[in-house]
Amino acid sequence: MSAPLIWIGFPLILAILLWIPRRANITALLGGLSSLFLAALAWFLPVDTAIRLNETLSFKLSASLQILGREILITSADQPLFALLYGIASLWFFGSSAAGIARRLVPIGMGMVALLVASLSVQPFLYAALIIQATILIAVPLLSPPDQKPGRGIIRFLIYQTLAMPFILFSGWLLAGVESSPGDIELLTQAATLLALGFAFLLAIFPFYTWIPLLMEEVSPYAVGFVLWLLPSVTLLFALGFLDRYAWLREFAQLPSALRAAGVLMIVTAGIWAALQRHLGRTMGYAAIVNIGFSLLALSLIQDYQLSAFFLLMIPQALGLAVWSLALSVLKMREGSLIFRDLQGEIQRYPIIIAGLILAHFSAAALPLLAGFPPIIAIWEGVARQLLIAALWVGVGVASLLTGAIRTLAVVVMSTKDCPWELQGSLLQNILIGVGIFFIFVLGIFPQFMEPILTILPAAFAHLGS
Amino acid sequence: MTLQIISWSVVFILFAASLSLLLTKDWRWALALLAIQYIGVFWLTQLHWTISMAAVKLVTGWMAATTLGITRSALDPKLATASERSWPEGRLFRILTAALIFIIVISGTSGIARLLPGIGLAEVAGSLTLMTMGLLLLGLTAQPLSVVIGLLTFLAGFEVLYAAVEASILVAALLALINLGLALVGSYLLTAGLEELGAQE
Repeated sequence: MSAPLIWIGFPLILAILLWIPRRANITALLGGLSSLFLAALAWFLPVDTAIRLNETLSFKLSASLQILGREILITSADQPLFALLYGIASLWFFGSSAAGIARRLVPIGMGMVALLVASLSVQPFLYAALIIQATILIAVPLLSPPDQKPGRGIIRFLIYQTLAMPFILFSGWLLAGVESSPGDIELLTQAATLLALGFAFLLAIFPFYTWIPLLMEEVSPYAVGFVLWLLPSVTLLFALGFLDRYAWLREFAQLPSALRAAGVLMIVTAGIWAALQRHLGRTMGYAAIVNIGFSLLALSLIQDYQLSAFFLLMIPQALGLAVWSLALSVLKMREGSLIFRDLQGEIQRYPIIIAGLILAHFSAAALPLLAGFPPIIAIWEGVARQLLIAALWVGVGVASLLTGAIRTLAVVVMSTKDCPWELQGSLLQNILIGVGIFFIFVLGIFPQFMEPILTILPAAFAHLGS
Repeated sequence: MTLQIISWSVVFILFAASLSLLLTKDWRWALALLAIQYIGVFWLTQLHWTISMAAVKLVTGWMAATTLGITRSALDPKLATASERSWPEGRLFRILTAALIFIIVISGTSGIARLLPGIGLAEVAGSLTLMTMGLLLLGLTAQPLSVVIGLLTFLAGFEVLYAAVEASILVAALLALINLGLALVGSYLLTAGLEELGAQE
């Protein structure tokens, strides 16, 4: 038995089997439980270490698997990372039934997670770009329901994400040349430019993020939320792989300022757009872009914070997106619209669901006591130490995002008539969002709960983690 | 010398096919032109790979074109052409843009050939032609079929260039998988929402 079979092969088979159950809640439960089980295995089961079962029997999980002359390698340092990915994926799978898309999200999502784990484990790691592309193709049926005409959002998603692969593959070839002749400035610039272009497409960096708000308007917010959590997270881990692998790239003098510029640009532009929206889905889309901007800022601070700021962001962002997109999905399913004028005074009908939506938005805007506050404030402080003007621009973006949250709050409490308070939404929907709200507060008040992650996860990147 | 002449003829065919792809509004012609492009891709790839490996690209490309063709031919013509428009529609504009692109390709060919040791000018010119024309096609349309053809054209160009630097079987297999996957996604997007349109009719 090998580790890639457990964390890649088994979930891929499961992704096919999960199409079988006819009831959505069974699919969600099975998907959630199996993902949680895979996370627990990744956390507890050691790779390449003999485990003695009894006097005569021992068991050893090998780390690698050979495919077509190449290797898929999962080391013990990678396991916490995969535990985190499968753990967060299980949250999304459990919530998918309440969002009404379990029968599509769970099987496709399981396949996507398995392929992305493969992309992080394949050797040479540059082949990851090809596997990420395969994942993007699998995501299309998730983002474009069979009974709905494909909109502009899905077409742009497909184009932008597909254009990333050639740039990354080709830059990988150039990077090998840079390694052998590090003094060649021209080659170095060409490799860095191609790499930057590839990641700009993959991470939806300004101006390639137009598909996000369009998709949020066109399809289920929960499906888009899942993709907006999974793809940027794994792409950023892939980017960390580049930094870890190539010393010249790590020490490239312009890298922190380039990452900072891209991050600030995303936070400011998306923050301002978020403040001006009248569609709650589009607002969340722009907030997701702000999230990616903060992740880029966290990477720009690697020399000061190593990877702690980056990993500190992961869970609050995933939790916020999950709660926010679930709340939006519930509202869209029940009210049929996410436009401001159709949701006036809805807090009296959906108190818990709207509270989840508002708190997730406030958390993304770094309101104190909420999950987003500790990582964002740490990153903001780090940026201010390096370049004050950049920190001021980040402030503009965050203030704009906060304005969007206050506008949303103003709309949902603006009841046109004197209607009584109700508790609309199913029990499951209210419980899941209630639990989400609880954890948004817990992570905001006790950020030290995330400390084990900060100490263990960076080990996957030997040159960046210390 | 003969190889050079054939290779440059293939580049010319690729340019003519991709230009025609830009001008045609008939999906049958578009898919036939896509299939012709893959013959060119096969020739330019086999200069660096073995014939059997290069044949994978040809077969995959034709399978992708067939997949799209079968799906498109099965659609109700009324529903499938309901909103087939693209911007800007003028043929003269497209020809002039393609000419501009051809000039850019010619000027950029030698620079890229210098960057990639062992690659010939014809392969670079063919590759850049396909990539730029693919991008142009993507910029001019939002229809799923045209978008997928544009992406396949762009990827075909990239594969010619990448074949000169990477001969891994796994890469060839994954690229073939992605080409087929794109065709399947295109087929899916072509058929998605047709029931909704039918109900509206």
